[in-house]
Amino acid sequence: MSLFRFFKSRGTAPVARERLQILLAYERVALGPRDLVAMLRDDLLATIGRYIDIDPDKVRVKMDRAGAFSTLEIDVEIPSEKIVGDALRRPAATQADAA
Amino acid sequence: MGKVIVVTSGKGGVGKTTSTASIGAAIAESGQRVCVVDFDVGLRNLDLVLGAERRVVYDFINVAQGDAKLAQALIRDKRIDTLCLLAASQTRDKDALTDAGVERVIGELRETFDYVICDSPAGIERGALLAMRFADQAIVVTNPEVSSVRDSDRIIGLLDSKTQRAENGGRIDKKLLLTRFDAQRSRRGEMLGVADVLDILSIPLLGIIPESEEVLRASNLGSPISISGATTAAGRAYREASRRLAGENVPMALPEEKSTFFNRLFNRRAA
Repeated sequence: MSLFRFFKSRGTAPVARERLQILLAYERVALGPRDLVAMLRDDLLATIGRYIDIDPDKVRVKMDRAGAFSTLEIDVEIPSEKIVGDALRRPAATQADAA
Repeated sequence: MGKVIVVTSGKGGVGKTTSTASIGAAIAESGQRVCVVDFDVGLRNLDLVLGAERRVVYDFINVAQGDAKLAQALIRDKRIDTLCLLAASQTRDKDALTDAGVERVIGELRETFDYVICDSPAGIERGALLAMRFADQAIVVTNPEVSSVRDSDRIIGLLDSKTQRAENGGRIDKKLLLTRFDAQRSRRGEMLGVADVLDILSIPLLGIIPESEEVLRASNLGSPISISGATTAAGRAYREASRRLAGENVPMALPEEKSTFFNRLFNRRAA
């Protein structure tokens, strides 16, 4: 019996995985814009983080709906000294890349 | 200022209360001040799992409504003196808790404790939303099983939209705690693997708790497994998860059974 089972199937977990992936892809879209805001925040963090070292908690992304329009509010707090320091470092790195 | 952590899952019976007690006790044992808070109004159980069921005099609702002081309602653990419990009310209904009341109590707890760990009720209704409302961080407890994973996905969506942090445009730190994991069944393709669940839910992993008979034993005794069963596989896994939660870098090992040729053969036959 055990040998037959071994050759016959690789278990049901892959089926579970596939069903979940399809189902959740639908449900995430149906449940609305939360993913959009969360994804935007992650992308913004990654993009800004490439240039300036920021505190993830200081990036605020907010979507408000009022009537026919939605507003997207993005608020990033950066300590002033970071901008000076990083702005000086960045061009040097670019030149090094080019060379 | 302490950190507020919600232990949540959507689905019931996946191990929220066990995990709250075990992680709370393990962090408290390391000397940090921890308060575990039961949000399951009408169906409280954290007191029972911690062995404090006969010591509840005042509860969360008494404090939230101003009928008792926080200090009167906190129950100090008999084994670990840095661990406290704030019990849920067993007689009132969940509408007795208001946003403002919960916010005030959580604020007070933050002042006194290093960690405030909120045990959420199952579901996605008022009680569960209140438990996550003021959290800085979330532990999403998931079993490697389709309905649990689906419900966790839903809860992650709510954490990203219904918490105070999210509403203010901030982010809430979410970690996955995979419980009741059976490495052998997963290896045989009978159970979703760790990578499958991580791939689907895409939040970082806090720990993997192996399926274990010791968990029931610990709850029978009213003693968290991370303390009474500190050397068992599940107890160790909870202790390691707690250290990660406290910021330590503890390598993650897949729970492996002693896998000899003979017990593989035996297990395959038994399955």
